[in-house]
Amino acid sequence: MKITVDEEKCCGAGSCVLAAPEVFDQRDEDGVVVLLDAEPAEGLHAAVREAADVCPAAAIALSEQA
Amino acid sequence: MSTPAGVLVVGASAAGLATAEALRRKGYRGALTVLGDEPHVPYDRPPLSKQVLAGQWEPERAHVRSGDALERLDARLLLGDAAVSLDVAARTVRSASGRDLTADAVVVATGVRPRVLPGQAGLRGVHVLRSLDDALALRVRLLGARRLVVAGDGVLGAEVAATARGLGVEVVLAGPQSAPMEAQLGPLASGLLAELHGEHGVDVRPGVAVEGLASADGRVTGVRLTTGDVLDADVVVVALGAVPNTDWLENSGLMLENGVVCDSRCSAADGIYAVGDVARWQHHGLGGLVRLENRTNATEQAAAVAANILGADLPYAPVPHFWTDQFAARVQVHGVLPADAQVDVVEGDIASRRFAAVYERDGRAVGVLGWNMPKQARLLRQRHLVEPRAAAVDS
Repeated sequence: MKITVDEEKCCGAGSCVLAAPEVFDQRDEDGVVVLLDAEPAEGLHAAVREAADVCPAAAIALSEQA
Repeated sequence: MSTPAGVLVVGASAAGLATAEALRRKGYRGALTVLGDEPHVPYDRPPLSKQVLAGQWEPERAHVRSGDALERLDARLLLGDAAVSLDVAARTVRSASGRDLTADAVVVATGVRPRVLPGQAGLRGVHVLRSLDDALALRVRLLGARRLVVAGDGVLGAEVAATARGLGVEVVLAGPQSAPMEAQLGPLASGLLAELHGEHGVDVRPGVAVEGLASADGRVTGVRLTTGDVLDADVVVVALGAVPNTDWLENSGLMLENGVVCDSRCSAADGIYAVGDVARWQHHGLGGLVRLENRTNATEQAAAVAANILGADLPYAPVPHFWTDQFAARVQVHGVLPADAQVDVVEGDIASRRFAAVYERDGRAVGVLGWNMPKQARLLRQRHLVEPRAAAVDS
């Protein structure tokens, strides 16, 4: 799995951090998403999928290479 | 309830698509159909009044998912075909083109449509903003506009005013409240927002009740107020709220009252659910029936509905959340901000326009507002709105 984020789409809701705190954080100054790990271990994939799905700005895209 | 053999989602916008995605994420492998009235693939609405209207984004950038991601969803996406009726007992939806779609579970996600003023239809220069096509049409009109009057001072009206001002158009923002978004933000932050609009040259007219439109030769010339005054305009945006799209359910037997009325599980009848702007459900936390028109609710409610379709039987009682970006302000609201709440600024300060505040009523936190402090607002939300509630449930 490879994660990309669109910083300009990010609205700063922080839903991704709640879903997958090991993988996402927010910048203190403007709340924009910070990607901590672009290729997370398999054990985190379910949480990352949830984070991408619940992002209210659809700012997180996943590509699912095996 | 056993896993349904087929799920039909009526509505292909944020809430409808998110329901389909949540079903797959939770392991549902059965047949999945999503029916949408617009010809476009699912797109996001928050950028329409901002990046798309401003011309900063091509329309494609507002698409919720890439073509690949839609493919992976493995759903039958039927676009450009509206639902016209529902047979609740048979769980069958008839579409405008004459399709009869039957499923074990039907999810109503048909959203809302803008309220309009009398005489608005067919009048040139008058716009609403709900769809992608609305945004593109308004953008073209604004590029040649002299003076825009925005009728309505809620979230959409305020955002359109800010974006149009950025395009160099003369803008009047008129509405009944004492400041834009007063109902959503309370007196403190709506006052700040009014200041911000004023500094950027928006002519904010508070306390103004709009009655109708003035026109000549089939084109709008202004907005008529209940006082008899007319605000002169060559373009008008009507942003006076929205009406749930439930006309197609009129003879279904479902309870319709400002939305599809649902229980705490977001179920309107056996095997029938509603999600997103159109759903009005029993919210255990807030007490009573609630309908939320915001983007965050579309995804959160979709996840709850998907879980309940798959047998979870859980009440949906979210902390409401919305955000707005206007000029240099990025505002986040979690929970509710009643006008009479006690406001405690706990980080930053109002003068620097970077702060986070907790809103309390009867000694209990009910809302959090972040003004250019999204991360801090999210942390405060957890501390004041989520954790105390979880503790109350545990004890």
